[in-house]
This record gives sequence, structure tokens and C-alpha cells, in this order.
Amino acid sequence: MERNQLQRQAAYMRNTLFDQGYLDEQFLQLEDLQDEANPKFVEEVVKLFYTDSARLIRSIELTLENTPWDFEKLDKIMHQFKGSSSSIGAKKVKKECTQFQEYCKVGNVEGCMRTFQEVKQEHAALKRKLENYFQLAREAR
Amino acid sequence: MSLTTPSASWKSGDAVSDQFPAGLRVLVVDDDPTCLRILEKMLGNCHYEVTKCSRAEAALDLLRDNKDGFDIVISDVHMPDMDGFKLLEHIGLEMDLPVIMMSADDSKNVVMKGVTHGACDYLIKPVRMEALKNIWQHVVRKKKYEWKDKDLEQSGSVEDGERQQKPSDDADYSSSANEGNWRSSKKRKDEEDETEERDDSSTLKKPRVVWSVELHQQFVTAVNQLGIDKAVPKKILELMNVPGLTRENVASHLQKYRLYLRRLSGQHQNGLGNSFMSPQDPAFGSMSSLSGLDLQALASSGQIPPQSLATIQAAALSRATNKSSISVPLVDQRNLFSFDNPNIRFLDGQQQHNNGKQVNLLHGIPTNMDSKQLAALHQSAQPFGNMHINVHSQSGQSNSLLTQLVQPQSRTQMLNEVGSNQVLNLPASVGQPGLSQPIPGAVFGRYGIDNVRAPTYNSLSQPSSVVDFSRSQGMELPGNTIPLASNSGITTFTSKGMLQEDLNSEMKGSRSFLPSFDAFNELNQNRTEDWSLQNVGSTFETAQHSNVQGRLDVAPSVLVQPGFPSDQRNGHIRTTSVNKAAFSAASGLGNITNLGQQLTSSQADNSLRIKSERLPEMGFQNSIFPDQFGQEDLMSALLKQQQEGIVPVENDFAFDEYHLDNLPV
Repeated sequence: MERNQLQRQAAYMRNTLFDQGYLDEQFLQLEDLQDEANPKFVEEVVKLFYTDSARLIRSIELTLENTPWDFEKLDKIMHQFKGSSSSIGAKKVKKECTQFQEYCKVGNVEGCMRTFQEVKQEHAALKRKLENYFQLAREAR
Repeated sequence: MSLTTPSASWKSGDAVSDQFPAGLRVLVVDDDPTCLRILEKMLGNCHYEVTKCSRAEAALDLLRDNKDGFDIVISDVHMPDMDGFKLLEHIGLEMDLPVIMMSADDSKNVVMKGVTHGACDYLIKPVRMEALKNIWQHVVRKKKYEWKDKDLEQSGSVEDGERQQKPSDDADYSSSANEGNWRSSKKRKDEEDETEERDDSSTLKKPRVVWSVELHQQFVTAVNQLGIDKAVPKKILELMNVPGLTRENVASHLQKYRLYLRRLSGQHQNGLGNSFMSPQDPAFGSMSSLSGLDLQALASSGQIPPQSLATIQAAALSRATNKSSISVPLVDQRNLFSFDNPNIRFLDGQQQHNNGKQVNLLHGIPTNMDSKQLAALHQSAQPFGNMHINVHSQSGQSNSLLTQLVQPQSRTQMLNEVGSNQVLNLPASVGQPGLSQPIPGAVFGRYGIDNVRAPTYNSLSQPSSVVDFSRSQGMELPGNTIPLASNSGITTFTSKGMLQEDLNSEMKGSRSFLPSFDAFNELNQNRTEDWSLQNVGSTFETAQHSNVQGRLDVAPSVLVQPGFPSDQRNGHIRTTSVNKAAFSAASGLGNITNLGQQLTSSQADNSLRIKSERLPEMGFQNSIFPDQFGQEDLMSALLKQQQEGIVPVENDFAFDEYHLDNLPV
């Protein structure tokens, strides 16, 4: 495809991510940090996030398998996960994390389990979309 | 951790002025690699020199190994290996650097925790670039206070010129730093900054209770009666039976006290030797100029034996605020109190949120200082640190200062600041040649008396008064009239004994430092005088012995009376309860020493003692350095002082109220 077209597509994809609430202004901050010296900064950070967050997700899964449920621990891990997600602007993921923490506070196991599934879903969905976007952006460069 | 070497050679200082705040050395600590990377990039884009660290322990090691290697620290709150607030405390105590906390948690109580632990700012994650761009203000502010303290000093230190530059404006700040003092001045400003921050926060708070020596004594008695483990604010309040005192007052005081005790036991060992000890710590840079001068002056005059200075400094510095805070760097000799450097962190660098606190300190020493200050106090036994606190009050409220000092935390900061500003300067300002007691300032520096300084010390600037004070009366710090104030910031040394040297050095150089410190130093320099620690002794004796003692240093009411220069020699140091701002500078100093001694005697650990030996030298100061001064001397001095009406500095804050009633003149 023509470069221009690719660029337009990439731009469109990016805007959609914002419009649909997948990303928030923190992502813009990351983009602002990207410069000639670090042309792939955003991609690099997102990759870093996904690597690290996989670990956190695994940790939550393990904690959920153990009974009695350690809500404090779950809350703690989720807090970390939330902080990480928010730093890349993962809006929907962050929202689910907050919900999860709410359930933890009241000790609602059911709610926690359900919300955790949502967290994982949003987490994976965003990953796919961002990967596509980066791919396109790279091609368009 | 990765070290990012800035392209700009701001380090050299030459480029600094033009590029400031470029080159600001930031240490960022966060266990989240994503955040860490983002922060690193953001800070790099601000042209700061960034070092990232994913573990708190590693960060502390890094800070310890590179004293004066960083200007500011940014840390996450929730970390797996160590709580962010704990790290904050450590840094405040040991290095006295400004620390910014950050977290995704924006709940009020967590943010409040940051405030109370002395963080100079709290950022909510995700952190934006704009938030990081301005962090240099915290560094500058701190240094500014330091410088301000120096300015207050009227001693003819050569630094005057320098100093003047500094406050001139932040832009110039870097220029002054060009000389390589940038860091140190920065540090000072940091301290000042902190102090100011503290003050601001405290002014917003409701009026503080002045923890006078008597009050503190009562508190300690109550605590001992109940047993430190069982001592709950409610019961303590009941036992104390003081009208108007609230449970909250007691609770916060208890918190400080506990920190103080903890510090005493824990810090003593490590405090002394580290960070501060580097004799020629460049960190003092700016400070050194002032404080160094003081120390040097003192030293040269033979008053402060280098070793003692070093000791004092070591003690005081144990926290080693590396920053230029004078307290530490100069430690080696200059002035523990480094008047110049508000950082005299005796207390450990409690964050010197003191700056802000200065005002507060006097009034009730902002809590920020608490932990830090306490810690600081203990560590370096920088009693002076507290003293600063008192000093601040000088400005006229000597009493208020005392109160402020009471709060250990603020005290430390105040002390540093104070020392630098007022208290320590007292001697200097006094204009007594003999005074050159930078130490007081130094002392304060340590404790972060920085806060203490400035504002309160308006009156301090009159050296003459201080001097007279000490001489003529053997420094009785009228417990309430803080003569120091007039003199310059009677720094309430908390017997920590710090800094004799510091005091001396401080006194000399410090502008605003409590003259008393200086006086002490000079006077006491090697005297084993009987500083009439009585007061000190008395105050501590009751207590809390080991802890209390430490408190002496901190004793809020310790007033370091800068003006002691020659008169103080007789170790008249009385620790007057500062609370009323009775800084009898002279006596105060004496008291301090006494206290210091006392402290040492009673406690096994000498965190307080640090300077007890020095007491003799300082004459008064010693209270701050418990080690240095023989406890007995302190005790006796204190006791004697007591009679004079000096209330033992017992104040919890340990460093705060050290009444230097009888600073040996």
C-alpha cells in the first residue's frame, strides 16, 4: 500500500483506540516521549508492560486458586497491575482493575472472579489492537 | 539500575547555571518496570540526570554509597521489598534529600502519610511530564533555605557573598553553583525547601502544642509508667493530666517519641560513622563555605579539635544528609551545624521539611519532622537539630520555637535549618569573634533544623545579644525568653550533643544559626566544663533514660544559644525547655550538653551521646552529642540548670527543646 495510505490507516486506527476508550491521554504522554533518539519508545514500553503484567496476572490467578481467598493480597497485586496499566493509558483495563479492587474490599469472591475475567479480556484485546497498530505504524514509516 | 549520564556536563557546574535545572540528579525508585522506564524517559526529557532503581534497598545502598550524588529522590509507595514510606524515612534521616512519593493510590490517608513522613511532594500515577518538570523546585527550595540561613548569619564568613547570590534568585542559583557549590547549595535549598514546605503545612494546621521540657517530662514519665509497649495516647493523656492537651497531641508526640527511641537504638551504630563522616565532604560545598569557615575558624582557633569536629559531625551526620546540607559534609569538621547549611541534619535529615517547618517548628514543630527528626536526632545525636527548632522561634517567638522544636521531626529539619538560619547563626550573628560556633547551625542542620531557621529567627541576628547573654549570665537561658532569639536563634540543642563542633562551626558561620551553638563550640571546645548540664540531666534523668536521653538532643527545648562564645565556656549549658522559647542561648547550650551527657549515661546506646564528649567543648552543645559529652557532665549540668529554671529538654522531640539555658559562656 502506499505509504500515505498506510499512514492514514495507522492514524485512523489510533484514533479509534482513543474514541472507543481503549486508550486515554496517558498514551499521548508516551507518544510525546517518543522522539528521534527513541523512535520506538511507545512500542517498547507497551512490550515491557505486557511482559510484566503477564506475571501479575499469573500471580492473581494463583492467589485465586487458594482458599481462603486472600483479598488483601489480591488487592495489592491488582493495585500494582492497575498502576502499570494506567501508566500506558490502558483505560478499559484500568477500569476493570478498579472494579476488581472494589470487590476485593467487600470480599466478594464471585465479583472478583468475574471481574478478573474482564480484566484479562480487556488486557488481551488491547494487546492485539496495539500490536496491529504498531505493525501498521511501522509499515507506514 | 541504570545510570544515565546526562549529555550536559552540568556536573561540572559550569554549565549548570545556564542550564539549570538541567542536570538535576534524580534517583527514581519503582518496582514496576513499565513505570520506571517511562519515568526515566520523562526525566531524561527534562534534561535531568536519571538513575533508576527497582528496589528500595538497592536505592538506599546507592544513596549511601554516593553521598551527595543525588539531588532528589522519587519513589513509589508500594514496593515489595520495602515500604515507600520507610524508604522515605531512611532517606530523610540519612541523607536528607527531598523525596517525592508517587502512587496510583490517591486516597487521602495515603497522601497524608506522605506528608507526615516528610515527603516534599506526592504524585498520583500515572505521572505526567508536567509534574516532573518542576521537581527541581524542591531541590532549590531546600537549598534556598540553607542559604537563607547563611545569610542570616552575620558572621563575616566569606560565604556571605556567595550567599547573597543564592537567594537572589533561582536562576542564579545555578550560577552560584557553578563554583561547584551548586550541589551543595542545592542541597541547602533543598533543605530549605523542605523546611518551608513544612512550615507551610504546619501553618495550615491547627496550633501546635508546645512540648516544653516539663511537658515532655510529664509525657515521658507517663510513658514509662505505662510501659513503652502499653503506652497508648489515651492513657498517657490521663496520666499527664494536663488541661488543654488533646489525645491527638499526645498521639503525635508519642509517635515522634517512638521514632526517636527507635532511632536511638538503631541509629546510633550506624549513624555515626557514615555518611557524615567524610571529612571533607564536598557536599558541604556551599555549606562548607559557611560552615566550613566556622569550623575552620574554630578549629584554627584551636577550639574545635578536628577530631572532635569530626566526631560531632560523624555523629550528626550519621544520617548524613549528603546534600550539601552542611551538617554532613562538613561534618568532618566544619560544622555539624553548618549554619550555612540548613541541612545540618542532625536529626538525620529528616526531611527537612523543616524549612517550611521552621515556623512550625517553633510552634509545634510540624510533624513532618517527626520521624525524621527523631531519627535524625538519634542518629547523629544531633541534638542541635532540634535545637534548631527552637531557634526558629527566635524570631520572636522563641517560645514558639521551642515548641516547635519539640517535634522531633520538624526539629530535625528545623535544626538543620534552624541551625543554619537562626539558631546557629546566633552566635555568628552575634558577631562575636569568638563565637564562631558554626556548630549550632550544624547541629541543626542535622536535624533538619533547617526549618527552624529563618523565619523565626529574626531576632537572632543580634549577635551581640547573644553573646552577652552567654557571657554575662552563664547563659541561662531564661526558659522563656529565649534570649537566643535575640541573639540569633538560640538553637535548642537537644542534647544530642551534637555538634559541638558543629555548633562551633555553625555558630561562626551560620548566619542564622543559633549563636548558641557557636558559642558552645567555642566555649566548650574542649572543655569539659560543667556545662551545667544539670538541666539536661534533670530532664533526662527522669526519663526515660535511654530514650530520654536521646531526647535531650532532640529536646525541643534545647536552645542553643549561640551567643555563647566565650562565656559559655563554663559549660553552663542549661537546657532550658525551649518551649517557651526560652532560649537562653548560652545556657541552652550548656544544657544541651548536659542533656547529651545524660542521655548517654542513661542509655546504653549512644546515639545521643554522640556528642557528649564534645560537650565540654561546646559547652553547651553537647547535649546534642550525647556521646561526646560525658553524660555525667551533662546530667549535672542539666541538673544545675534545672535549678535555674531551665526545663529539661525532655521534650519528646528529643531534639527539640533543648534549652540551652546555661550555655556555658
